[in-house]
Amino acid sequence: MGMTMTQKILAAHTGLSEVKSGQLIEASVDLVLGNDVTAPVAINEFRKLGADKVFDRGKIALVPDHFTPNKDIKSAENCKLLREFAAEQEIVNYFEVGQMGIEHCLIPEKGLAAPGELIVGADSHTCTYGALGAFSTGAGSTDMACAMASGKLWFKVPSAVKFVLTGKPGRFIGGKDVILHIIGKIGVDGALYQSMEFMGEGLRHLNIDDRFTIANMAVEAGAKNGIFTVDSTTLEYINRRVNREYTVYSADEDAEYTDTIEINLSELRPTVSFPHLPDNTKTVDEAGGVSIDQVVIGSCTNGRISDLRIAASLLKGKRVHPRLRVIILPGTQDIYLRAVREGLAEIFVEAGAVFSTPTCGPCLGGHMGILAKGERALSTTNRNFVGRMGHPESEVYLCGPAVAAASALTGRITDPESV
Amino acid sequence: MEASGKAFKYGDNVDTDVIIPARYLNSSEPVVLAAHCMEDIDRDFAANARPGDIVAGLKNFGCGSSREHAPLALKASGVSCVIAKTFARIFYRNAINIGLPILECPEAAESIQNGDQISIDFETGVISNLTRNETYKAEPFPPFMREIIEAGGLVNRTRRTMGVTE
Repeated sequence: MGMTMTQKILAAHTGLSEVKSGQLIEASVDLVLGNDVTAPVAINEFRKLGADKVFDRGKIALVPDHFTPNKDIKSAENCKLLREFAAEQEIVNYFEVGQMGIEHCLIPEKGLAAPGELIVGADSHTCTYGALGAFSTGAGSTDMACAMASGKLWFKVPSAVKFVLTGKPGRFIGGKDVILHIIGKIGVDGALYQSMEFMGEGLRHLNIDDRFTIANMAVEAGAKNGIFTVDSTTLEYINRRVNREYTVYSADEDAEYTDTIEINLSELRPTVSFPHLPDNTKTVDEAGGVSIDQVVIGSCTNGRISDLRIAASLLKGKRVHPRLRVIILPGTQDIYLRAVREGLAEIFVEAGAVFSTPTCGPCLGGHMGILAKGERALSTTNRNFVGRMGHPESEVYLCGPAVAAASALTGRITDPESV
Repeated sequence: MEASGKAFKYGDNVDTDVIIPARYLNSSEPVVLAAHCMEDIDRDFAANARPGDIVAGLKNFGCGSSREHAPLALKASGVSCVIAKTFARIFYRNAINIGLPILECPEAAESIQNGDQISIDFETGVISNLTRNETYKAEPFPPFMREIIEAGGLVNRTRRTMGVTE
């Protein structure tokens, strides 16, 4: 029996010629990632391990992005712990405020993820780098500690679901609409413990940012990872950033999939997830013009330059609805700078939106846009669980940047074609 | 190894944001996490949980964020075992890695109701519902995971495999 892309990468990192779904393996890792929420716990566990040094100071990345710039004293203490550990261990890829970005926007941008690599991060959205043809998955802090010490981690080899993308998407259809549509179709546990493998001729219409968005939310369908076939779009992105050797894997002809789902991109409509689960999706036509109090555009899901360009194209020369707070957060310093140079920042500020420094901030109810009781946010982030962005009786609706920007003008969930 | 206590029963897709909301993630102190565990869906959990108690959920328990603070909060609340139809995978590995026993058992997850007295024999995987006079059988852990659990978590096992002896 042949292997999927994911299975081939896992086999290669375990020194085996073949692995099968369900097999428990101990694989070598190419990058171990942590942030200001998860790494402090990992550092404490690392101390308990009795290891003096990390396995490879070039293969660890520490990114203080969740509650930074430090939102309170406890968060400042956590970041200090991270900073001191990075200095002590001479970690090459520690990114201080001013250089940092939201980790899953930053890591690919810095060339720290490449096709065929095995990446683990103490953050569930580590699955983002599957967009580049890497095996990349979220784990816990104890996992991070043990991987930092030994360079290895245990995995159960996943079975796979194949997604064949066809057709050309409409003007305002992006990666977010694709993944919300898929999650709405298969459910928040529709790919539980599995890999989601994306392929098909429709891929050529999805730019690298669309693919990051799709892979990013694989975890929202319960998946271990999402992974894309490597093509010219991937290589164009990688070859400008990665100087080391990497291996491109493709699935065997006879690889086994538990299910094959075809998605015709030309049929998709702008999609919104209603509270309180990402699979509670409706098309914008069915959304009924729900009234909102806040719009957030940003996060590891949709804080990239393509997302900001789409938002700016809709907001240019207009004013956001006077009753709304509109918060736009670029994913990294580089994206921030490009937004300034391209004139996007000016469009946002002139439209009456906040345009501020990279942070996970409001996505997880940390800071920079917390909701009061009864308030509703429309957000390009990834989770709309109870209390996710603030008060347990607040609500989060998820969408892509086009719907978010169009709705920022009207104060209601709005089809971008209509503004 | 055995556990017994009363059950707290929840539904599908109990996510890690409700197990421990992110507003408390600036701390990783077990006592702080326990004080706020489950508060967004069950304000009484922290006050009512006693050592040995059991949490039961339906499908996809622990979905969402990878925060290890979630199983830590449950463990620090005294929870001796989580039973569910299915677990989200990061929660599953976090629980095993920190030594919080979890069992996948659809029959038990469906049948157990809030307040039921439960006792569990981890050797046999038998879950007894003393309130309803029922027993359920959970799948045993594969040998690899049993090894982690028996070592007392992944840190101890990694110490052993790396040859740390002191």
